[in-house]
This record gives sequence, C-alpha cells and structure tokens, in this order.
Amino acid sequence: MNWYGVKAIYQFEMARWLRTLGQSLAAPVLSTSLYFIVFGTAIGSRMGDVGGVSYGAFIIPGLMMLSILNESIGNASFGIYFPKWSGTVFEILSAPLSWRELLLGYVGAATTKSMLLGCLILATARLFVPYEIQHPLWMLCFLFLTAVSFSLFGFLIGLWAETWERLQTVPLLLITPLTFLGGAFYSIDMLPPLWQKLTLLNPVLYLISGFRWSFYGIADVHVGISVVMIFLFLLVCLLTARWMIVSGYRLKR
Amino acid sequence: MSETTAADSIVAIKGLNKRYANGFVALKSIDLEIRRGEIFALLGPNGAGKTTLINIVCGIVNASAGSVTADGYDTVDQFRQARMRIGLVPQELNTDAFETVWATTRFSRGLFGKPANPAHIEKVLRSLSLWDKKDEKILTLSGGMKRRVLIAKALSHEPTILFLDEPTAGVDVELRHDMWEVVHGLREAGVTIILTTHYIEEAEKMADRVGVILNGEIILVEEKAALMRQLGKRQLALQLNEAMQQIPAELTDLPLELSNEGKTLVYTFNAQGESTGVAELLNRLATQRISFHDLKSSESSLEDIFVNIVRNQR
Repeated sequence: MNWYGVKAIYQFEMARWLRTLGQSLAAPVLSTSLYFIVFGTAIGSRMGDVGGVSYGAFIIPGLMMLSILNESIGNASFGIYFPKWSGTVFEILSAPLSWRELLLGYVGAATTKSMLLGCLILATARLFVPYEIQHPLWMLCFLFLTAVSFSLFGFLIGLWAETWERLQTVPLLLITPLTFLGGAFYSIDMLPPLWQKLTLLNPVLYLISGFRWSFYGIADVHVGISVVMIFLFLLVCLLTARWMIVSGYRLKR
Repeated sequence: MSETTAADSIVAIKGLNKRYANGFVALKSIDLEIRRGEIFALLGPNGAGKTTLINIVCGIVNASAGSVTADGYDTVDQFRQARMRIGLVPQELNTDAFETVWATTRFSRGLFGKPANPAHIEKVLRSLSLWDKKDEKILTLSGGMKRRVLIAKALSHEPTILFLDEPTAGVDVELRHDMWEVVHGLREAGVTIILTTHYIEEAEKMADRVGVILNGEIILVEEKAALMRQLGKRQLALQLNEAMQQIPAELTDLPLELSNEGKTLVYTFNAQGESTGVAELLNRLATQRISFHDLKSSESSLEDIFVNIVRNQR
C-alpha cells in the first residue's frame, strides 16, 4: 500500500475544504437551521407527535441525512472532477496508486467532512429542539456508513461526469427529491397505502429510517433491512468504482 | 538503428500500439530502448505520437497492445515499482492554481509514495530558482514559473527516469538555458532523461541519442553525433573576385554550385568522409586561376537533417 500517497490526497482534500470552510460548513448549517426554525419550531409546534416524538425532534435525523447526502456527493464528486477538468489528473494517473488508495484518499476525506458536518448539525439542532439518542453507537455507525457510501457514490459521479452541468444534475434531480420523498419530514405511515409501497423503492428511506431508529427507536422499516440495504449500496458503488478506475473509464484515453 | 543490450537499457518498449476510441491510430508497433543515464530526444512533427508514447509509459493512456518496462518493471503489472521511478513534466501547464508552490511539490512527493523530506524539496526548489516563490499560490505565477513548478513536482520524488514533454515550449531564452543546466545536472546525478521538443537546437545541444517518430512509427534512432556525421553535409562557400557565368568544364566533376549571381562558389562535401577534398579543390582553383577573397565553411544543423528525414518519408 502506498500510504504516503493516501495521506497526500487526504490532506490535499482536507486543505481544500478548510480553505472554503464558510461554504463547506456554514452553508449547510445555516440551511439546516432554517429547516428547524420553519418546520421544527414554527410549524412543528402546531403538529402532533409522530410515533411519540415531537415533530421538531422527529425531523432531525432526516435533516441530517439530507445534508450529509448532499455534502458527501458534492465533496467527493468535486474532488475527482476538478482535477479531470483542470488537467492535473495526469499526476494522479501517473502516480503509483491503485484503486484502493485513490478511494481511501478521496472518499476517506469526503467521509471525514460529512461526519464532521453531521456532528455540527446535531449540535446546532440542540439549539432549537430537545432530543435524545437511544442508540448512540448505532447512530455513529449509520452516520459513518451513509457518509462512506454516498461519498463513494459522489466519487463515481465525479468520475462519470464530463461537464459541470452533469456534475450538478445527479444531486439536484435525484438525491434531493429522493431525500424529501424518503421520509425526511414524515413517517410513511402518514401516506396512502399505494404511496407507502412506492416509497419502499426509494433507497434513501432505508437510510433515514435506520438513522431515526438509532435516535428514537422508531422506524418505517426494520433496522436490519436498513443495514443490509446500505451495505448493498456500498458494495455496488465499490465494485463500480473499482471497475472504473482499473479500466480507466472516463479517466484514461 | 543502434543496438542496446538489456543490461544498459532502462526503458524498454516492445510492440506498442495505440488506437484511440475514434479509430485514430496514434502508435504503430513501436520498439524502443532507452539507455540508462542518457538524454534521449524524441523528435517528430505535431501529431506524430510523441505525447501518446510518453503518456502510455507514464500510465496516463492505456496501450492497445505491446508492453513497456521501466527499470525492469512492467508498467502495467508492476505499476507501483515502475511509476515510483518515473517523473513526468507534461506539455500543458496543468497545475493546482490555489495551492502554494511548496504545498504542491510536497503533495507530489507523497503521491509517489515517498516520506516527507523538506530538505530535498528545498534543494529542488532552489535549483529551479523557485525558492523565493515557495509560499506563493501558483495562479500568481507566470507561465515560465509554472513550467518550473511542474519540473519541481516531477523531481520531488527523486525519479531515476524523467520525461520532459516539450519542456521549453513558450519559455523565454533565459529560462530555457536554466533548464538545460538543470537537465545536465540531473544527468550528472544519473537520471535518464527522455525529452520531446520542437526546438531541434535543444536536442542538438542536449541529447546523446535522437529518435524520430513520424505518423506513429519510429523511423530512426541514432547517436546524435553519428547522425550528424552520416546525414550532415558540410559546405565551403568561396566569395569569388570575379563573378562566373557557369562552372568551368574542367571542374564539373566536383560537387560545385554557383549562387549569389555567380559571385559565390559553393562546394558541398560529406561531413563523414575522411578526406574532404578541400585541398584538391583549392589546388584546382589555383590552376584554373580562379581567385577568391573570402571563404566560409558551414555544416547542416540537426534541424536540416530532421527536416530532410521527415520530407523523404512523406
């Protein structure tokens, strides 16, 4: 293993993040705070409890997921797309790095950033609504697995994208709708039966449901199914990334 | 084509082919050996395949067929060992605009699997006159300085094989001379250097051997000195006291030409030949009572030779 290479990429990505800390952290924290103010405090106070949890507290896991998914994808996709666009990718390609080291460096850094952001949002939420975490270790596990798998997914998008527009398309047109419709703001029990069934096709539902279970012990689907689904997603992304890097698809001519 | 033995060859390219997805064949069965410690100049017109060849050796482009070894390691199966030994200065000025010179050079060293070594980075930056700029962001640097940064990055991990793809394109005279010095210094330190260039003068000045690539094929590999001897021509131009209408019949057996409205008599001879025939020429001119007030000898440059080779192949 070329650990110095992994470290170089990891530090490079973290330094890039620190240079734009305002945009990297302040923006998602601000937007999440706005959600808490509007849905948690203003509207939430007029809504009943969901599964025995106040509405303000109920939406915390979903809102964290919303931010983590967007940040993981945004960070990791930019991390590899930018060198492709600027041409500096020649150095990455000519370095003694295998697919494992590339992923550890880029996806590792994106995961770290998402985890830090998740923790910051959790702390921010405390300012608006009281909550408790029933299974803190599981919460961290879900946070980690989600951050890893979606950073990996973001990396794939960065490898695949050939224009800035495409880089933005997937998060905007796919992830945001899936998160909103995946139960970030409601339990699927509140939906008509047909919509409940359709929602089961949304992979983000399993993330939010498992994550919410770690907070309050309530879930839309069994927590075991959530874990299996995340691992499946992770595996598919990992195999695809490996294939793309080894074959040089959209990386090497 | 000169032969190299496996022992002194550091880069061995065998049967290398490259066909791009759009069907364009960039390389056709390239066989080439680079000797340890030499400066090898790869010459060829635009689009001949120089950069493709370098990019395949460095792992940036996948070959369609064939193999490359660097210091005995296959560049695909043993890419780690191979790539750790290779440094590449690309043609385009692709740099991380927002990084400082120091950070980007340090990054390159790590990327190639070497532990941090500030003393080495300092040495590299100083040798390239970049030390004063070490804390500046790359986007504030001029094109020539960016080129130096790319060289510093390529040298950061102490490669034993260095590829310089058009290292002095768009670089001013002073910097070009600085770079020649750096390259010679590296050669002294035992680094093998493969460079492509449009400035044939550069190859003439620096290279030990020259390879010519045309339409994806290596058409010639030769010691520079031998090439200049074999293909170079020398000329002796005599400024006549009296202009001539035509070469006298007694001298037509000699390779003579008139130019400059008959005022200059040009004698062309083979640079390789043991006997140049100049003494005989001067004797016979004296016999014919042809006098001159000045004479100048010149020899063809590598550029002339290169242009001739390319022209003859087309």
